[in-house]
Amino acid sequence: MTDYNTMELMICAAARNLEDGASVAVGTGAPCAAAMLAQKAYAPNLVIIFEAGGIAPLLPTMPISVGDSRTYYKAVMASGMCEVMETIQRGLVDYCFLGGAQIDMYGNINSTVIGDWEKPKVRFPGSGGANDFGSLAWKIMVITPQDARRFVERASFITTPGYLDGPGAREAAGLPANTGPHKVITNMAVMGFDPESKRMRVESIHKGYSFDDVQENTGFELLRAPEVVETPEPTEEELRLLRDEVDPNRYIIGR
Amino acid sequence: MFEVVAEGTGPLFMDPDADKAREFFRTKTRAMVNKVMTVSEAVGKFVHDGDYLAIGGFGANRIPTAVCHEIVRQRKKNLAFAGHTSTHDFQILAAGEVFNRCDIAYIIGLEARGLSPNARRYMESGKVESCEWTNYGMACRLKAAAAGVSFMPARNMMGTDTFKHSAAKVVKCPFTGENYVLYPALWPDVSAIHVHEADIYGNCRIKGISVADLELARASKRLIITTERLIPNDEIRSDPTSTLIPYYLVDAVCEVPFGSYPGNMPYEYFSDEEHLRLWLNVEKDPEEFKKFLDKYIYRTRDFNQYLELCGGLERINELRAIEHLIDLEERG
Repeated sequence: MTDYNTMELMICAAARNLEDGASVAVGTGAPCAAAMLAQKAYAPNLVIIFEAGGIAPLLPTMPISVGDSRTYYKAVMASGMCEVMETIQRGLVDYCFLGGAQIDMYGNINSTVIGDWEKPKVRFPGSGGANDFGSLAWKIMVITPQDARRFVERASFITTPGYLDGPGAREAAGLPANTGPHKVITNMAVMGFDPESKRMRVESIHKGYSFDDVQENTGFELLRAPEVVETPEPTEEELRLLRDEVDPNRYIIGR
Repeated sequence: MFEVVAEGTGPLFMDPDADKAREFFRTKTRAMVNKVMTVSEAVGKFVHDGDYLAIGGFGANRIPTAVCHEIVRQRKKNLAFAGHTSTHDFQILAAGEVFNRCDIAYIIGLEARGLSPNARRYMESGKVESCEWTNYGMACRLKAAAAGVSFMPARNMMGTDTFKHSAAKVVKCPFTGENYVLYPALWPDVSAIHVHEADIYGNCRIKGISVADLELARASKRLIITTERLIPNDEIRSDPTSTLIPYYLVDAVCEVPFGSYPGNMPYEYFSDEEHLRLWLNVEKDPEEFKKFLDKYIYRTRDFNQYLELCGGLERINELRAIEHLIDLEERG
């Protein structure tokens, strides 16, 4: 087995969740790398869309911005924000990828402030398109480092909805039914959500880590899936595609 | 009347009354006259202290950089700003402290490049009154205004703190009983959009993604266009399918070649990542940043002088090669 780093493992773990023929809304960075890898490795008909308007590009290089010209290079359409967001709202987009400063046990995400909203200790960019993706796409995926300051019991500001307060809360608020967080991929594990309680649960753990390691780096009690397995390692072919074709300049995998 | 289920507590900076907007547009000229002027004239004439301002493009992609610089150079103040799809434009305007109210969808950040230290300090200073939204939420507000109606319904944002700090409302749909969030229409006093081609009257062509600019152009009470190049009206009329912004929406047309620099201009030149990194680095030290702003904005006469300071046509040629994926190092 070839050596690989944590970022490469996370990107591969994320990519394997994207089946052929699905559609995915991505941002820049690791999510974009995961979508590009999936497209090259096992999902040639994956539809990649960007919030500023790029639809199904043949990405020549890693974009710097979700609105730069790479995001609609040889695309089927260079549209606009309403076209993309409304396509998601109509139910045509299966997956989206998000990140943030905090994520809680129900998958709610904070990318707005730490501290009081009126007098913020730290101000972050805000929702951008995250709330839109997280409200409207069928399944939300998150790639983020496992860290107890990041994985908090309750996000101090809910920028983007996860399962809010638990079962039924999204629907009660008015969000489209049967949507919500799907997978959280970290440097230690892949987590999903318990179908009954909607709480985060560990589904697979990366080689070299234990459940306790994951729990110690999480600020709330994690549930366990009925069967917790070891995360499959990246294959030679995945690593080759990732290094030679997806990110040859190591912008993402070199982090 | 809809049943209101929940209300955001954020401030509504602009009146969403569609009849008032109609009264304004009733008086806006339909005359097809030459609107070509300098950026300095356009900003002097159409951007007033206290105005609500919006900027087109997507942060560091197809942005009217020259207008942002000029607003700072003319030391406009007490503006409200649409912090929507904003990155480098926000960074410039925050550097000049020209706004004291902000609708926030995305601010401070430059996407994968990192956060602007100065813009962050400004937003944490307490000098700016703000209201939270999302990218689609702000696009809905412009879309409502562009349609001439006072609100637009959508299915996002409900149940979150983003909603609580917005000025949106959740209502029951009179047809299905489902909850919907209603976004109040936003008619900015003045906006600036950078385009590929325009004629002297303001008929505009944009290549690549339009982001939210089709809605923004139609929602704005006054509109400043900067264009990579002027083209004859005959060319517009020979291919009307390509016109995305019609002249009667436009108040000023300014020819600014390379006008999105240091941002990306699709099919023309890529973003200058080195120069954007320079901004982010120099902002760490407020004193250094002051000198930087003096050199690059306050003491420059116009955008051409800024381009010269940044490497001029030589640099632009490199960025053109990057945009077109041409490897300048590779020789046969």
